[in-house]
Amino acid sequence: MINPTDLKFTGYRRPDGRFGVRNYVLIIPVDDLSNAAAEGVAHNIRGTMALPHPYGRLQFGEDLELTFRTLAGQGRNPNCAAAIVIGIEPNWTNRIVKEIEKTGKPVAGFSIERSGDLKTIEAASRKAKEFVHYASEIQREPFAVKQLTMSTKCGESDTTSGLASNPTVGRTFERLADAGATLIFGETTEVTGGEDIIMQQCATPQIAAQFKAAFDDYQNLVKSQGVDLLGSQPTEGNIRGGLTTIEEKAMGNIQKAGRCKIVDFLKPAEEPRKPGLSFMDSSSAAAEMVTLCAAAGSVVHFFTTGQGNIIGNPVIPVIKLSANPLTVATMSEHVDVDLTGMLRMEMNLDQAADAALKLLERTINGRLTAAEVLRHNEFVLTKLYRSA
Amino acid sequence: MAHAILLHEPDDDVGVAVQDLKAGSEVGAVTLEGKAVGSVKLVNDVPLGHKVAMRDLANGKDVIEYGRVIGMASQATPRGSHVHTHNLETKRWTV
Repeated sequence: MINPTDLKFTGYRRPDGRFGVRNYVLIIPVDDLSNAAAEGVAHNIRGTMALPHPYGRLQFGEDLELTFRTLAGQGRNPNCAAAIVIGIEPNWTNRIVKEIEKTGKPVAGFSIERSGDLKTIEAASRKAKEFVHYASEIQREPFAVKQLTMSTKCGESDTTSGLASNPTVGRTFERLADAGATLIFGETTEVTGGEDIIMQQCATPQIAAQFKAAFDDYQNLVKSQGVDLLGSQPTEGNIRGGLTTIEEKAMGNIQKAGRCKIVDFLKPAEEPRKPGLSFMDSSSAAAEMVTLCAAAGSVVHFFTTGQGNIIGNPVIPVIKLSANPLTVATMSEHVDVDLTGMLRMEMNLDQAADAALKLLERTINGRLTAAEVLRHNEFVLTKLYRSA
Repeated sequence: MAHAILLHEPDDDVGVAVQDLKAGSEVGAVTLEGKAVGSVKLVNDVPLGHKVAMRDLANGKDVIEYGRVIGMASQATPRGSHVHTHNLETKRWTV
């Protein structure tokens, strides 16, 4: 049985002491209209990656704060060596630059008004070139499992997720938590029917109360819409795969937490404060949830799938695990860890966890995941409510 | 593969087909721990990943999987039947 402390991880040490497993120079647009300039820089300069998105204008309150936290979080993420931030005007641009600057890594902001796209792209490209030279000389060095922050979620789940792939992640998380890693899971509506189990796993009544408040908030939102969520939650894909009710889906989902104590409750995109498993308030929409995990500083992600959710993320490698034989046979290019042996009782839970941890080690050390190779770079902001 | 149905808990009302199952066939069921829980004769075809009733489920009865209530039977469902959205409903989020 593999103990995570026996795994040999290498990564890129950042000025704040955290370790990344990838080494990107990110070009982060503050708003939708700066996407073109960000993509222009990424096109000019090898070794950079733009993160285009459709928001960042006329948002306000908590929704705006979440967008800031999510965008700054990509730059703060240890997989990012250095960041360029481009916005239409300097004020909001600088807010994001300042948050990234706190990590000590190189960051520069550019605003388009009074320069235009072309001059902005030129100036930002010169700075990006400098950052790429800097990043390209950072060497990998060993780091300990207690310096690892990672996350999990499931997608296009079916009954095989609850039987096999989610319990596998749960078992790896039990071992990783024991070894001192920092772990994130969430999906607030998707624990409906298992919320009492989540509350029992909370380390203190305060954490349970924080979780319950966020959970009730979503329940009230669902009720206020006066609709039955069948078809949305569970999704049509879930239903096709054999899942019938949200209660059933929830019981499968929460297997990913294993028997870990939940040591903290996080707002969406909030960075964990302590080692162990934290619950992050988040949607179950795959790209939104993984983007929030990346913003929170997760450097690698376990993504279990039944029917075959093909999602990836630009900033963090997404490792796909599946136990559905039809999915593994028909969509093999998307699967990193084949757990179909569990349904045939040829592979037990500990053996499955060993397989997942071995692939985690290889991914951390540089093996590209299926989603990375297939260019699945879904970057999706979570919107809390309508813009002004 | 000696079994065709997997159960989370030995007393669950429903098990999961781990291969496509044909109506009329008699198939074995085991728990995740490998404990045999007998065999069941299929009333309907049941696709891989879908649920099979391990006992007769009366209309309105709670349905147990993972040792927990996952919903309510919305019609009388005999042992061996395919269990899905046509005969099992959530007890949450109902309008």
